[in-house]
Amino acid sequence: MAKKGKVAQQVRMVDIYIMGKRYQVPEGLTIMTALEYCGYRLIRGCGCRAGFCGACATVYNLKNDPQLRYDLACQKTVEPDMYLVQIPFFPSAKALYNLEELEPTTESLLALYPSLLTCFGCNTCTKTCPQELEVMWFMSDALRGDIREVANKSFDCVMCGLCAARCPQGLVPYNIALLCRRLYGRHLAPTSKHLEERITEIAAGKFDTELDELKKMGQDELRRRYAERDIEPAYTK
Amino acid sequence: MYPSYMEESIRKVEATRERRLKETFPRITDKEKTALLTEFHPDFIKEGMRNLLVGPNQGQPTPNEVADLLEGNNRIDPGKINLSNPDYDVDVLIIGCGGGGASAALLAQENGANVLLVTKLRLGDANTVGAQAGTQAADRPNDSPAIHYLDTMGGGRFSNIPELVEALVKDAPSVIKWLEELGVNWDKDPDGSMHELSGGGASRLRLHSARDYTGLEEMRVLRDEVRNRCIDYLEFSPAIELIMDDKGQVAGAILVNLETNELILVKAKAVIMATGGAGRLHIQGFPTTNHYGATADGLVLAYRAGAELIFMDTMQYHPTGAAYPVQILGQLVTEKVRTLGAQLVNSEGEQFIMPLEPRDVVASANIRECKEQLKGITTPTEEVGVWLDSPMIDLLRGEGTIARELPAMVRQFGRYNINIAKEPMLVYPTLHYQNGGIKIDPQGATTVPGLFAAGECMGGVHGRNRLIGNSTLDIFVFGRRSGKAAAQYAKEAKPGMLTLDHVRKWQAELKKAGISESRPATPLLLPNYARQPYDYLTDYARKTLSSGQIKVA
Repeated sequence: MAKKGKVAQQVRMVDIYIMGKRYQVPEGLTIMTALEYCGYRLIRGCGCRAGFCGACATVYNLKNDPQLRYDLACQKTVEPDMYLVQIPFFPSAKALYNLEELEPTTESLLALYPSLLTCFGCNTCTKTCPQELEVMWFMSDALRGDIREVANKSFDCVMCGLCAARCPQGLVPYNIALLCRRLYGRHLAPTSKHLEERITEIAAGKFDTELDELKKMGQDELRRRYAERDIEPAYTK
Repeated sequence: MYPSYMEESIRKVEATRERRLKETFPRITDKEKTALLTEFHPDFIKEGMRNLLVGPNQGQPTPNEVADLLEGNNRIDPGKINLSNPDYDVDVLIIGCGGGGASAALLAQENGANVLLVTKLRLGDANTVGAQAGTQAADRPNDSPAIHYLDTMGGGRFSNIPELVEALVKDAPSVIKWLEELGVNWDKDPDGSMHELSGGGASRLRLHSARDYTGLEEMRVLRDEVRNRCIDYLEFSPAIELIMDDKGQVAGAILVNLETNELILVKAKAVIMATGGAGRLHIQGFPTTNHYGATADGLVLAYRAGAELIFMDTMQYHPTGAAYPVQILGQLVTEKVRTLGAQLVNSEGEQFIMPLEPRDVVASANIRECKEQLKGITTPTEEVGVWLDSPMIDLLRGEGTIARELPAMVRQFGRYNINIAKEPMLVYPTLHYQNGGIKIDPQGATTVPGLFAAGECMGGVHGRNRLIGNSTLDIFVFGRRSGKAAAQYAKEAKPGMLTLDHVRKWQAELKKAGISESRPATPLLLPNYARQPYDYLTDYARKTLSSGQIKVA
């Protein structure tokens, strides 16, 4: 790996405040690596470290700007005079349901998450979302029963829970959106004919002889077959 | 935004782009492949490996970082543990909750077992969520499980265990359907047909994706279903030792509450190991795409309970980890970028490898281009990488394709003012996947009675190199199979007296080999990235800090 000693000396240090306490860290670290630089060994608030799992929800503001901001600690670069704290867990409601028996309707959503009705459109959820999703808009789609649109608009949700943590009405947009995506996948998405056919063919043993032959095949023959196999173009106009 | 000197190299990439759009780089031959791997793949660097001194795989080469842990010391003193009053008594204990553990839990419960699911971090904190590109299943008319079989064997350098590959390719379409019935949203055409893509080493369009959040979509659905079915689970409670019985069967595990150091004893008729991979060991100094808990814990526990491992000398280095900016160093740039048409090019804007070769080949070619050809680009923090020419995608497939198909990548690079629809990404191999692991049979059974394994901690199906989209397949195939088999096993099991004699035997073995003093306390549990200058501590204080308790430090 590259040597970093020389470069490290040129790095500018910035002040950050972890739960109110001042630390100096090299410019360019993420919030997560800054915490570790300051000596924190994380147990909570750290998951995939790549922006996908939602474990590292973080709230911060700046010394001279009280406006609260929200982000994922593993993705956000530290800024000078940042005051930060992590929200690794927030007690939000999660309804239990049997997806098979559930109708993909507004009534189902309201039965499981009655708080949906109390949304007064303050848009705090949207402003909070570190993925920059249109949370309030898909909550409004949910209220109208447009489950497909909730699935579409909420698709990139990493379920960090910040929307629920900030909602003044106690809504849990990320769990409602998950319910909608599951309803869409199970009950609304058109089914795939070729998938069904293939499953039937496999069950009927259509490929068993060919697979048996391949399983018993010697290395040389297998290598030859592999080298000679035709490759479908990745893309055709 | 790239520094100006890197922009100069980008101008060269742009200058050749028009020509390259029509250019197809030739496929590598078997002979060229062997030569390339032998010279440049990290698996072939002799200094990186050593032979294990103890255990079932004694004498076999293993990366140094993994060997240290496999030869590790136990964290518990068996003399101080009272096994007579376990906190839980269940049919099936599942250790780890990624895609493998979660599907095992669902299937074990469906098959009548009383299940306990335990995990080191939160439910779903696993490599599954970071998987972006897709899941393979041969379900299109011009494809077949046999073609999938051949692709998988070739990708694995023909070393894969045939029976496991057969299970993989035959179960694949049903896995896709099972996931859809649980509510996974696959990318589809309007008529319901799966919208499938190509992948490195796959000879058909076979990748089922959910934008570039495939693993996340799979995991958040399974996690939700585990909760809906009221399966008992414990978070932040990793296993630190297996419990056996006097008949040589695995009979439970000792867990630790990571936050309080409290021990939790679980008695179980069967145990499924689903602890995932080992990327956080940073083998050979590589950065990794893996989640925080990927520290090979399950391998360690299974190994000293007597389970045989397979292909531990092969790791997968994903060809395209981010090399710039430094904030996302080593994080995954999904293979879907190449699948959609992006080529790999050097500092001169020239191709040097067909971008959809298997991963071991492409990773080696990237290393060769930087280390031997010296046609990489060096970043301000002295990382080196080659260009992944993402803007080609919109030129090939139409404006907006990148935004639609790669929202995670657009978002990740967008944070650093890099618009991947207009500018290429700088990439270099990153430690991605443990190809081998605990040896299993097609039902997920290991070589130790009562112990099953699923997911990345299991080995054999991928041989020496896994193909794209076969891991988010194997976790469900063998998760489901092991869940069902373990439930069945638990019904017929005749448990004996609980014992930790295997721990005593292990300690004696380490002592005999003369390594008991020099190996760390294992499992590792978490990597230590905290900058903690302990120089001021007395020896006594340092010892207390690191080993007096179950402290993860």
